[in-house]
Amino acid sequence: MTPLISVNKLCKSFPGVRALHDVQFELMAGEVHALMGENGAGKSTLMKILAGVYTRDSGDMFVDGKPVAFTSPRDAQAAGIGIIHQELQLMNHLTVAQNIFIGREPRGHLGLFLDESELNARAREILERMHVHLDPRTVVDTLTVASQQMVEIAKALSFDSRVLIMDEPTSALNDAEIAELFRIIRKLKERGVGIVYISHKMDELKQISDRVTVMRDGEYVATVGTAQTSVQAIIGMMVGRTLADVAPYQGTARHNDVALEVKNLNAGPLVKDVSFTLRKGEILGFAGLMGAGRTEVARAVFGADPIESGEIIVKGAKVRITRPSDAVAHSIGYLSEDRKRFGLATGMDVESNIVMSNLGKFLSLNMFLRRTQVRKTALHFINLLGIRTPSATQPVRLLSGGNQQKIVIAKWLERNCDVLFFDEPTRGIDVGAKSEIYKLLRALAEQGKAIVMISSELPEILRMSDRIVVMCEGRVTGELTAGEATQERIMHLATQRESLQTA
Amino acid sequence: MTLQSDTAALPDQKPSSGFKARLFSPTALQKLLAFASLILLLIFFSFASPAFMQMDNILGILQATAVNGVLAIASTFVIITGGIDLSVGTLMTFTAVICGVFLTYWHLPMGIGVLAAIVTGALCGTISGTLTAKMKIPPFIATLGMMLLLKGLSLVVSADKPIYFTDTENFYRISQDSLIGYLLPSVPVPNAVLILFVLAIVSSITLNRTALGRYTFALGSNEEAVRLSGVNVDRWKIAIYGLGGAICGIAGLLIASRLNSAQPALGQGYELEAIAAVVIGGTSLSGGSGTILGTIIGAFIMSVLTNGLRIMSVAQEWQIVVTGLIIILAVYADILRRRKR
Repeated sequence: MTPLISVNKLCKSFPGVRALHDVQFELMAGEVHALMGENGAGKSTLMKILAGVYTRDSGDMFVDGKPVAFTSPRDAQAAGIGIIHQELQLMNHLTVAQNIFIGREPRGHLGLFLDESELNARAREILERMHVHLDPRTVVDTLTVASQQMVEIAKALSFDSRVLIMDEPTSALNDAEIAELFRIIRKLKERGVGIVYISHKMDELKQISDRVTVMRDGEYVATVGTAQTSVQAIIGMMVGRTLADVAPYQGTARHNDVALEVKNLNAGPLVKDVSFTLRKGEILGFAGLMGAGRTEVARAVFGADPIESGEIIVKGAKVRITRPSDAVAHSIGYLSEDRKRFGLATGMDVESNIVMSNLGKFLSLNMFLRRTQVRKTALHFINLLGIRTPSATQPVRLLSGGNQQKIVIAKWLERNCDVLFFDEPTRGIDVGAKSEIYKLLRALAEQGKAIVMISSELPEILRMSDRIVVMCEGRVTGELTAGEATQERIMHLATQRESLQTA
Repeated sequence: MTLQSDTAALPDQKPSSGFKARLFSPTALQKLLAFASLILLLIFFSFASPAFMQMDNILGILQATAVNGVLAIASTFVIITGGIDLSVGTLMTFTAVICGVFLTYWHLPMGIGVLAAIVTGALCGTISGTLTAKMKIPPFIATLGMMLLLKGLSLVVSADKPIYFTDTENFYRISQDSLIGYLLPSVPVPNAVLILFVLAIVSSITLNRTALGRYTFALGSNEEAVRLSGVNVDRWKIAIYGLGGAICGIAGLLIASRLNSAQPALGQGYELEAIAAVVIGGTSLSGGSGTILGTIIGAFIMSVLTNGLRIMSVAQEWQIVVTGLIIILAVYADILRRRKR
């Protein structure tokens, strides 16, 4: 049987980076083929070459056994290859139907005007086939992220693609929506569509994929059958070593001084009567489901959102925080979950980012930047945190997620913050870099910093926290010590809805 | 259709169709706001000065809006793509000068002069589009360059002197005659205004019913997504700038006909008035949304304001100050409304 797609000795370089080197890949009809690898392993680059977004430097590419050379997304679409990009690529001001058929709008009688009713009818047909209840005339802007994801999928399906590439399609979906997506994938499989599935979530791969190809540092590692291979083995191939399971942390900080105390804090619908204490040298985990109000608590304490009532006590003294600069003045730092938007000036270099929030310290005569001082500080943090960058003047956007996160940390350390809120510190960071961030957080705690770690990954919470505060619907529903916490107990508290509690 | 009942929108989605939804959609609301401001201005000025509502004055306002309105329509297309065109004013002048060269220097028939102006406009627009799309020069810079380049060319071609349309005796009629006046002698609306309204209707249909219009919105909404969908983004962008240029050619004809001459030194500053009209009309400078109707209302707000203040004998210097304030207010109102959502 001829593979739908086969790729051999594929190479691709970007200025300064070798993205792909001698990569091979094969996709059969009716197969779900998972593509695995750490961030920066080259998965997305490979898929973008298959989809005609990038052109290869060298190597062979065959569709149905015939050599092909795509120069634009249109070529790939013509060959029956559709792609759902990792980041949603929708036109927010247009409707669902207009998005699905962009570039292929049905025309009316004269060929001059667009046939909007035909457009909507076709879109409706595709959405019905997917069992997705969406009005094709809805403007995409008003949809939830999950629905937008469904629009992307509908768009890819509308090409009658024989090959469908999905780059992390579930990152914004909840369990029910993921189940729906898998149902669609299985139906496509029956019709003989070949699916390339990129994901970081191991349990999903086990559920949906037939084969797994692992990549590392732009190179092909291996292709294995999913059923015959353990998750540990796949992770091992991805990182090039087997990760030891780390035992949950046993806290020792319970007798230290209190660094921060929050009493009866109210701020909007997702912060209701929240109280907690944070001691020096401890990591306090904030667990809960999406929308439980954890980020909102951090933002309120940090002065990013207005507080309605409640007390914030720093080192025994009651303080008034109405702006982030107030919080910083009291040595409180907040590291946002969205690094690129709120944490970094990605176009600027490493050293500029590190000194950015404390620039006053690096000025002479209050005007001129002391450049040697800046460089010295930057190098200090690059060494201290193990930031992997060719130089202090490397633009931040060229670094990996893990190293970007370290730069954000360096920025706050430079301000000498004693209390640090980490909001999803390992989101979008690959397995290897995660453990480095963990070590770093632990080291900071041991130096006496007080750390709040907000995380949606329970293993991460269990592994890192001295104590765990669990939230649900804006309220604190429980507090657990490292010893008594289990995944089950946390989930029990995280789902303690008010309506159930009062009943 | 039976399909409709099966595809009920999920509770978290507001269907965008339906009269009510359309009426209260963000762009519609801005238009309503702009329209209400226009009415309020009209009421205010008619109480402030009895001369304001005289037919002569109203015709003056209409005539004054014609050129700015046409330029604002050209700008609307470009601004919805998320771009900007600073060259519309001097391009208008350049097309007028070219028309003058064809008619007065070369004594060619009027039809050819008209065609020359529009084709010149389209060509220059295409060049701006190519600079932006193919050479990746940011629209602000590309059209700033074009603005100066065209201004200079106008002066060079005309040897820095106005070109009078003395040989083409009917040329003034394009703008100043009144077709409507032949039918309804009591309302002698000049042709320039008729042309503005016809152009507005055609542009509105182009924007909402044709592929070019669809890609205009799509480019402003998410250009990368359009590219990844396999659409030839460059070609459409060049076409949109080209269309904008052609419309500037129409503006060039209108102003040349109104003055019965091509004034090569004119033109700079018109681009800012056009952009102001577009923004007051609710088109977002970040692209993706906007309407021709809004732009026309915006253009009228600008000229009613100028005219009304003049009639009230407000010094010209202060008229400019007020115009500046109105623009800031309009954009701030837009921002406030967005924040509420």
